[in-house]
Amino acid sequence: MAELLQLRNIQKSFPGVKALDGVSFTVRAGEVHALMGENGAGKSTLIKVMTGVHTLDSGEILLEGKPIQIKSPQDAVSQGISTVYQEVNLVPNLSLAENICLGRESAGFTGIKWKEVKERAERAMARLGLNVDVRRPLGSFSIAIQQMAAIARALDVDAKVLVLDEPTSSLDRDEVKQLFEAITKLKNEGMGIVFVTHFLDQVYAVSDHITVLRNGNNVGDAPIDQLPRLELVSMMIGRDASALESERVAKDPIQSTSFIETQDMGHSGSVEGVNFTIGSGEVLGLAGLLGSGRTETVRLLYGIDSANHGELKIDGRSASGHKTSKAIASGFGLCPEDRKLEGILPDLSVRENLTIVLQARQGWFRKLSRSKQDEIVQVFIDSLRIKTASPETPIKNLSGGNQQKVILARWLAANPRLLLLDEPTRGIDVGAKFEISALIEKLRKEGMAFVFVSSELEEVVRSCTKIAVMRDRKMVGMLTGEEASEEKVMSMIAGGEA
Amino acid sequence: MKFRQSNLFWPLMALLGILLFNLILTPGFFHVEMRDGRLFGSLIDIVNRAAPVMILSLGMTLVIATGGVDLSVGAVMAIAGAVAGCLIARPEGCILNALNVHGSIPAIIAVALFVALICGIFNGFLVSFLEIQPIVATLLLMVAGRGVAQLLTDGQIVTFNDPKFAALGSGSTFAIPNPIWLFVIAAILIGLLARKSAYGLFVEAVGNNPVASRYSGINAKNVKLTVYVICAVLAGLAGLIPTADIKGADANNVGLYLELDAILAVAIGGTSLAGGRFSIAGSILGAILMQSLTTTILTRGVSAEITLILKAAVVVIVALFQAPEFRARFARRRAA
Repeated sequence: MAELLQLRNIQKSFPGVKALDGVSFTVRAGEVHALMGENGAGKSTLIKVMTGVHTLDSGEILLEGKPIQIKSPQDAVSQGISTVYQEVNLVPNLSLAENICLGRESAGFTGIKWKEVKERAERAMARLGLNVDVRRPLGSFSIAIQQMAAIARALDVDAKVLVLDEPTSSLDRDEVKQLFEAITKLKNEGMGIVFVTHFLDQVYAVSDHITVLRNGNNVGDAPIDQLPRLELVSMMIGRDASALESERVAKDPIQSTSFIETQDMGHSGSVEGVNFTIGSGEVLGLAGLLGSGRTETVRLLYGIDSANHGELKIDGRSASGHKTSKAIASGFGLCPEDRKLEGILPDLSVRENLTIVLQARQGWFRKLSRSKQDEIVQVFIDSLRIKTASPETPIKNLSGGNQQKVILARWLAANPRLLLLDEPTRGIDVGAKFEISALIEKLRKEGMAFVFVSSELEEVVRSCTKIAVMRDRKMVGMLTGEEASEEKVMSMIAGGEA
Repeated sequence: MKFRQSNLFWPLMALLGILLFNLILTPGFFHVEMRDGRLFGSLIDIVNRAAPVMILSLGMTLVIATGGVDLSVGAVMAIAGAVAGCLIARPEGCILNALNVHGSIPAIIAVALFVALICGIFNGFLVSFLEIQPIVATLLLMVAGRGVAQLLTDGQIVTFNDPKFAALGSGSTFAIPNPIWLFVIAAILIGLLARKSAYGLFVEAVGNNPVASRYSGINAKNVKLTVYVICAVLAGLAGLIPTADIKGADANNVGLYLELDAILAVAIGGTSLAGGRFSIAGSILGAILMQSLTTTILTRGVSAEITLILKAAVVVIVALFQAPEFRARFARRRAA
């Protein structure tokens, strides 16, 4: 296969960090090339060098054998390198066709030639194997179709190389399949596709070749059939993978007195009929599909929404008028689902983000001394292996996984009785996932209680002592012991048996 | 961090530029002399005149750091001035006559600041509990507050002759004019509150991400309420200075448009109007910068109309250099 895009010996540094240290990467025509690595391995930086967001410090880029310079994202597109990002960066209230041609509409003397725009859009969508009404507003389509529109936009400019940065993270299973069909079609037309994802299954389902990065270096580059899964994972995390497959938590009922009890707790329109108890040393998993009422249950427990029927009892007392301040006073903590909007204080430093919960508990006038803060921060940076240039770096400069660790640490520093974890491992690399699982298990044994929400069933089954299954905004069952298996949970989510 | 990247760098450079300009072109600008036990000179004059805006900018910095703004500080100055003037002069028919403090200066100051505090609670309640947009909530008091002050003074300038109170505005202690002392005391108190207690951190957290702050256990409502209260009390204090200086409560003019100067001082000082990180030193520097500019232009004999335009020009330049976007572009061009 012909080399389409070659990056040779790329170096890129940011203040305090060497993001890429001599990385090479080659995309050939007609292949899907997976770019793998943990958070902070340099994937995003490499993509941004490829697509003109960052300029490189040294190294060279060749397109079809000729050295090129990429000055800006627009420049990258015009040279044939298009990118589709995780979040759809299009305009939801314009039509699909307008979005595809946005900024380069076919214009004549009398204005935009709408007919031509529509035909161009239809042609691009057809190349992806889709036949839809391109005149409908983009927002009225599913996320998958919107994602396809972003790809179609790339096709409309005759991209030679298509970079897909985590394109599947908000898609469901069928939508992923649809996307993969489109990818395969483009590949067969001779396009080079760079595919970045955290999902191993998807890598093996669609890719031809894998490049693995770790700490800004190449650590692996092989055709897919020569790189088995276990080897890939151990390359990514730099450790022996078999050692990481921690044992499943025993599902035997935990002997502890429960301090939280819900009786038919619910909030009209968001979640119904929630019944469970939580005691120290327990990890209650909430399993279910997106929108099944998992996050809503967490919000009720944390007092963000208040239950308007049923009952929530904390330490045997009915918690009427439950609100966040009371939840925190009862020793609850929350790692929210949306890290960016609800978790981090972006401009504040890692140190401030990490000590904020402790300080809030101390109140205004008993400020934690700087030496005490530094001590706490250092303990967590070491024990959770938080990767940051310094404790004074603004948290927004950290990678997603490291931000998540800081938010986790902010609560662990305050030693809560119950920690609510809503998708704590989303967007986090494999190594960090195992670390967080191991941490939960350790703290559980020390008596901390958890509520654990995750879309990854395997993770829920592995980490939880009991599992509440949610379906259509209702709790439909509680599984403990041997019952709490992936198959059983799955069939309950699907509505097979109660 | 390099000092060049600090928020204080560009305002300081602008200030040094103005001083340099005066050093070369304005004879006697740096001359400071002792007369009747008080220091005189352009430099002392600048700081003295900037004192009300510097005091306002202390409170405004905290308000802006929470992502809000307080447009009512000028009106609160007028109210506090009117209260003080009426308590001293006791004009006929004034409702404040029901309260007789027998000319006690501490009591007069205390009552004036207390009334300002109530104004702050009003603003803070609207913003944090009724969740009205800060710009709208404080606009209410900006408009109505001056009306309240005018009602108290019955639309007149209530003049008084109390040398002890007048000394707040025109007297001096240890050779330094009293308004500067008032500012120094206020700045030390706010500085201690902001950096030695956890209050400053909570203000920055709430301004940076109110939801995350609440989920972390910070009482965001109380933080927001208190910044407006602090801001209003400081505005009350600032309002006493011109009132004492002219020995009269002028409800129409005391503090007029000073809310804008205070906001500008904060913006020049590098505190983002979107909230989050704040710099009190920056705001103080911003206030001094603008006053030096005004004084310089006036001593050069330029007409007052042009003063405003020149001021705007300098503000634009400093603000540009404070903007990260512009700085990045500037740095890139220099590197190329």
